[in-house]
Amino acid sequence: MQPLWKPAALVFTVLGLLSACGGEKVQWEGTDLSGVMPDLEFELINEDGDAVTESDYIGQPTLLFFGFTNCPDICPGTLASLSRAIDRLQADQQDDYQVLFVSVDPQRDTPDRLREYTSAFGPQFIGLTGTQRQLETLNKRMRATYGYGEPDENGFYNVSHSSAVYGFDAEGKTRVLIKSELPTDRISADLMRLAQL
Amino acid sequence: MITDVLNFVLPYEFSWLAVVFFGTAAVLYVRGCQALKETGQGEHPGRQLLFWLGLLLAYTVLHTRFDYYAQFMFFIHRGQHLVLHHLAPILLCLANPWRVLAAGVPEGRSRLLLGNLLQSAPVRWTYAIVQYPLFAGVLFFGLIFFWLEPGIHFRAMLDQQYYLVMNWSMWLEGLLFWWLILDPRHPEQSRTLGFGKRILLIWFVTIPQLWLGAYIATSREPLFDVYDVCGRAWPIDPMNDQLLGGILTWIPPGMMAVLTMLIVLRRLLHASNRPATA
Repeated sequence: MQPLWKPAALVFTVLGLLSACGGEKVQWEGTDLSGVMPDLEFELINEDGDAVTESDYIGQPTLLFFGFTNCPDICPGTLASLSRAIDRLQADQQDDYQVLFVSVDPQRDTPDRLREYTSAFGPQFIGLTGTQRQLETLNKRMRATYGYGEPDENGFYNVSHSSAVYGFDAEGKTRVLIKSELPTDRISADLMRLAQL
Repeated sequence: MITDVLNFVLPYEFSWLAVVFFGTAAVLYVRGCQALKETGQGEHPGRQLLFWLGLLLAYTVLHTRFDYYAQFMFFIHRGQHLVLHHLAPILLCLANPWRVLAAGVPEGRSRLLLGNLLQSAPVRWTYAIVQYPLFAGVLFFGLIFFWLEPGIHFRAMLDQQYYLVMNWSMWLEGLLFWWLILDPRHPEQSRTLGFGKRILLIWFVTIPQLWLGAYIATSREPLFDVYDVCGRAWPIDPMNDQLLGGILTWIPPGMMAVLTMLIVLRRLLHASNRPATA
């Protein structure tokens, strides 16, 4: 049997090593992204229509979510869930966080519209968008994508986009991926861990 | 127009591994064809066609815009693995390109070094182990199951390193396995696997794969949420994506298994009609 177990042991060792890379271990409720994805970096447009980069947001824990304001379910559901998760934190800690809502539908989501949309969820919520090239670059960096469906007779079209929330620590390092259906208390737990890093 | 073409032809994520692997194979094959032509033993055009078709298919799914769609649509990902694990390796093995590739290796030190490397004990032992029929069979369908385990699949689609290991393990394993099945040398003279065992081995790997494909296609639950997490290339019902992906894992590999079985059967009949010394 020797010829069989040796390569098998090698394969498992290599896979074990691959999964072990990435530095200090934090037990997240979501999926650990340390060492898996590059750090926060982008060029986008904010709610005032001004060009911004990641350096404007580094300094406090950041959540990033891709979506569009016409989104029927996932976007409002996820943002509301994040809003509830932030509300559960101690009052003096709630403003330590920022949630970047990046619209991948710049044609419909103007800066004004984004401001109006994000303000409904709380002061931590910031709307951003950009050119197709800027949005593609950031999506590719996060190993995500988006796409547009065919418009119906009213001109309404659907947008496919990433449904997950990316969590970054105060230095902008990518740390955790939070699925939109994660229960609120577990999201709150990951938010606290992000602030402790 | 030109930018559209470029957009499709250029890789979504550039990989040196793909450039070196496919570049070397192409250069060796062209050189080999020329060298053999000069000696009057040129390669049959049909085989050349099979070789280029197989190589081009594998390159297209790995290193063009196709790879973008494969990363963000489950059913296109299944199509990518169908090409990498079945179609392209089968075409390449039917082309039996080793004589040409060997003739394409430059004379002198590099040829000597390559020869020594391939003849060396570690390489020969590794090859013998990987091509031990039971191990080869388990490895073949085991890899399909491994990469489709939802947790591992999630990681592979999120982590570029895992993603590369996934695609290349499928592609190289496909080449090894189908060479074991389609090696045209006579089993008795060249000590290759017997034709009957080859047919058994095809059955052995195909049945679990058919089951897995049917399981995915008929599952009522979403199994691979990573495509929601990362976003799809265009809006499509996730269950339709999964259904199509399941069918691509299920039906075409089954058909290809039958076809390769017929090829082996034909060779078996052909060989038994001729004396073994012919």
